[in-house]
Amino acid sequence: TKLDDSKMAGAEGDDSLYPIAVLIDELRNEDVQLRLNSIKKLSTIALALGVERTRTELLPFLTDTIYDEDEVLLALAEQLGSFTVLVGGPEFVHNLLPPLESLATVEETVVRDKAVESLRKISQEHSPVDLEVHFVPLVKRLASGDWFTSRTSACGLFSVCYPRVSSTVKAEIRQHFRTLCSDDTPMVRRAAASKLGEFAKVLELDYVKSDIIPLFTALASDEQDSVRLLAVEAGVSIATLLPQEDLEALVMPTLRQAAEDKSWRVRYMVADKFSELQKAVGPEITKTDLVPAFQNLLKDCEAEVRAAAANKVKVFCENLPEDSRETIIMTHILPCVKELVSDTNQHVKSALASVIMGLSTILGKDNTVEHLLPLFLVQLKDECPEVRLNIISNLDCVNEVIGIRQLSQSLLPAIVELAEDAKWRVRLAIIEYMPLLAGQLGVEFFDEKLNSLCMAWLIDHVFAIREAATCNLMKLVEKFGAEWAQNTIVPKVLGMANDSNYLHRMTTLFCINALSGVCGQEITTKHMLPVVLKMSTDQVANVRFNVARCLQKIGPVLDSSALQAEVKPVLEKLATDQDMDVKYFALEAISVLALA
Amino acid sequence: MLTQVDRGGGVSVAAPVSHFYRCAASTAASRQHFSDREESAAAPPVTSQTSWIDSAFLSLRFSEIDTRKINNSFLRDHNYATEADIISTVEFNSTGELLATGDKGGRVVVFQREQESKNQPHRRGEYNVYSTFQSHEPEFDYLKSLEIEEKINKIRWLPQQNAAYFLLSTNDKTVKLWKISERDKRPEGYNLKDEEGRIRDPTTITSLRVPVLRPMDLMVEATPRRIFSNAHTYHINSISVNSDHETYMSTDDLRINLWNLEITNRSFNIVDIKPANMEELTEVITAAEFHPNQCNTFVYSSSKGSIRLCDMRTSALCDNHSKLFEEPEDPSNRSFFSEIISSISDVKFSHSGRYLMTRDYLTVKVWDINMESKPLETYQVHDYLRSKLCSLYENDCIFDKFECVWNGTDSVLMTGSYNNFFRMFDRNTKRDVTLEASRENSKPRAILKPRKVCVGGKRRKDEISVDSLDFSKKILHTAWHPNENIIAVAATNNLYIFQDKVN
Repeated sequence: TKLDDSKMAGAEGDDSLYPIAVLIDELRNEDVQLRLNSIKKLSTIALALGVERTRTELLPFLTDTIYDEDEVLLALAEQLGSFTVLVGGPEFVHNLLPPLESLATVEETVVRDKAVESLRKISQEHSPVDLEVHFVPLVKRLASGDWFTSRTSACGLFSVCYPRVSSTVKAEIRQHFRTLCSDDTPMVRRAAASKLGEFAKVLELDYVKSDIIPLFTALASDEQDSVRLLAVEAGVSIATLLPQEDLEALVMPTLRQAAEDKSWRVRYMVADKFSELQKAVGPEITKTDLVPAFQNLLKDCEAEVRAAAANKVKVFCENLPEDSRETIIMTHILPCVKELVSDTNQHVKSALASVIMGLSTILGKDNTVEHLLPLFLVQLKDECPEVRLNIISNLDCVNEVIGIRQLSQSLLPAIVELAEDAKWRVRLAIIEYMPLLAGQLGVEFFDEKLNSLCMAWLIDHVFAIREAATCNLMKLVEKFGAEWAQNTIVPKVLGMANDSNYLHRMTTLFCINALSGVCGQEITTKHMLPVVLKMSTDQVANVRFNVARCLQKIGPVLDSSALQAEVKPVLEKLATDQDMDVKYFALEAISVLALA
Repeated sequence: MLTQVDRGGGVSVAAPVSHFYRCAASTAASRQHFSDREESAAAPPVTSQTSWIDSAFLSLRFSEIDTRKINNSFLRDHNYATEADIISTVEFNSTGELLATGDKGGRVVVFQREQESKNQPHRRGEYNVYSTFQSHEPEFDYLKSLEIEEKINKIRWLPQQNAAYFLLSTNDKTVKLWKISERDKRPEGYNLKDEEGRIRDPTTITSLRVPVLRPMDLMVEATPRRIFSNAHTYHINSISVNSDHETYMSTDDLRINLWNLEITNRSFNIVDIKPANMEELTEVITAAEFHPNQCNTFVYSSSKGSIRLCDMRTSALCDNHSKLFEEPEDPSNRSFFSEIISSISDVKFSHSGRYLMTRDYLTVKVWDINMESKPLETYQVHDYLRSKLCSLYENDCIFDKFECVWNGTDSVLMTGSYNNFFRMFDRNTKRDVTLEASRENSKPRAILKPRKVCVGGKRRKDEISVDSLDFSKKILHTAWHPNENIIAVAATNNLYIFQDKVN
């Protein structure tokens, strides 16, 4: 507090050094929040010190402060990425390397990654000469460091210096990368594997073939599956770099092997990257290789793999070459999809349900009616609510192709069942789709079948559901208009004001809060306001203070005469209520509505 | 990368804990500070007194035993010991430079091996307190009305990744990742106050000072880095770090969870043996461990005496094992206690990964992972107790969970027994020895004398009768230096460190 006092004094004085002095001292304050603050204002400190002292005093100090909390180090690593001007411009940018180098060796991955990101950023500000004199040696030091943290950091730095150095240095960099790819520590091999694709992109095509391909092959057959699975992604990047005629010989054998790897995690990765892979290898290989591979993944013995593949069904089909798309889907993919609809694992089914509707746009009306519709109907009756929800949430795709009427008979029981599910999260999810459904099914169908559901949610015993139901009503009114609201929902909502349960009476108020805006002045003044005002004499204090809050909320919708004549007296009365909270909210409303 | 959806409801999102932990109870301890025992009252619960004794064992060739000397450290040299002081786990790190113990009071004490010095060459090998910290505190689970003890069940070191050391410690419910790091510099120089901390008049500031780092006495800090909680419904009995350096598993009575070391709010259940109806429960998991270099393979042992080997490549859920190691029961030995004494209390992969060692109540067994039908070798730890099972059942000793360890070359096995005895078995010569960890019997630098338990009627001098064994003095936890003949033996509240003669 002493410091705070003196800070005040300083602020009043004219000494411009004072705030900076505080910032510098707080770099080592015991309170981590203050240190973090100071680090975030590091540029202010540096500006005050000038470029010379920043280089000779501030940076050496920061280089050794790696004892700090991760949050502070993360902020520091980030700051240093845009510090070039503050140390005197590109000519002096290498002064930033020592602190970033020490940050690149800490154990916390987020800090290390941020340090690497900043290093990559400032590497661009190095002149070609400085890059070789200062930056490349740092990369080499990290790459041959004792601890694997520094070696993992090095992996991310090769690709930024490679394009800008001489051919001798290039050869050294390639050599270092090779070494890291066969490091003893799986952590380092993983880091190298994850940067392999990026590194391949900056290499000359000949070196991609002579250097990268062997590394790729080796990593893809690493003894640890955690390394092999990362090679899959690298394979995708490499495939985009190679001319079509080389793909078959250089990349495909390894990728085929990955798709059949003994470890499900590797196969999962192949499934997960399938659309990227498909784009990278082009239509011919897709037809000959990827289609059978995809079929296998959809039939994989591990549910995780099937689920990942199921997620890709739509995108894969979309990207099939046009000339044979329909044939491939109908003869190869659809049979597998049919099996997945009755998979034993619910995650697989629900992954499929989230994309299967998308197939209808690809296959057109007739095929959808004949082949897909039966599947949708099966999924709408699935025992797992998530599956049903996923189908319902994607109805728009089908609507475009065959119109929703085809489905509505099956849809309704599914919706009703979800609406009454014992798990409130399921009920919440279906509520969120109501506006969408209402839009697609039309007002008539809605009034007939769904309206009562929407009203029933208003008296759900879980608050989150009541709240969502309120919000849902607002969205429905936005869709169907104020007149519809006045005829269908407003009377029911206002009817609840006389309910014996105070929670339901409060729901009326919450609904009015949400609806007044979309219903407009007339309905609000004529129908809602009297009910609200009447509730100001409710015996439950919670209802009364919600009346005050409600009035504050709907005040802007009302005209000023209603405000003065009707709202003001009620609020003034509430302001003298014996309950503290009621008083508080009444006074707040009076002041916000400027009625005082 | 793993996308498996949590199953079984055991795993849930923890309280909103950020990625970063601030150290509320970090214990900073300088080594200078520790050497002065009078002053150390505030910091360590342990005092260290090192003495030398002539002793006997630990050579791979037992014939040389008598010529060996042993360095023996007594720790916790109290005349009385509280329950909280009882050591509950002992573990060397991968180089053997550090040794960690955990106790029932939730404390972790880390010892560091003395560096070689020219003046006192014999001091090399002595372990001194390096860092002490409170890892776990007693807690209360209000939802289940259960007390959660602070007792450290297991400690596992992580492979070293930078200049700091990392270990996982666990009690029944929560695993914590600790960082133990050194600091030898401290910043100096403030703008707004002078070196004595007096506030300067702000108007006198004419120039800015940037703090400078100056050398200082070495400080060792222990900081909690991650807390992995809310994933276990039952009691955690094992943790094991994977050779991929990225994941580890935690095992309770019925489930095994896989964690990423960097992610605390989700884990993946890989084994679940909980029957739908708990009344059908016949078996619990007693221990589990990863293969030392195949990242996909792990084993777990059960209370029915079987060991299952699982391959995580095959499936995300490893409820179906790849191999089942089980020895058919000998019908002639069958008794009321058969099932209890066949329960496996510990399972350990050999350093090579080729063999498994298991400990049940009376024996240590070595299994070849390529042979499931029977163990390769069986060693009797204290067969003389077979006739006393009834009284051991009555005093609950029969449920003691003895651990077992390999030496660095997988040629000698060590495990504990009662009466402060511990046993070693040489797999090549088939010789074995019983040694005693006790202060009364070991003088500095003396050779440890082999002990003998008398089974028959006539008792020779130096022999101890089965009836006079003290069952309250049990050695459950031992550790063997990864590549030297140094062992650590926890005897209730004392930690003994023995090693081969140095000079």
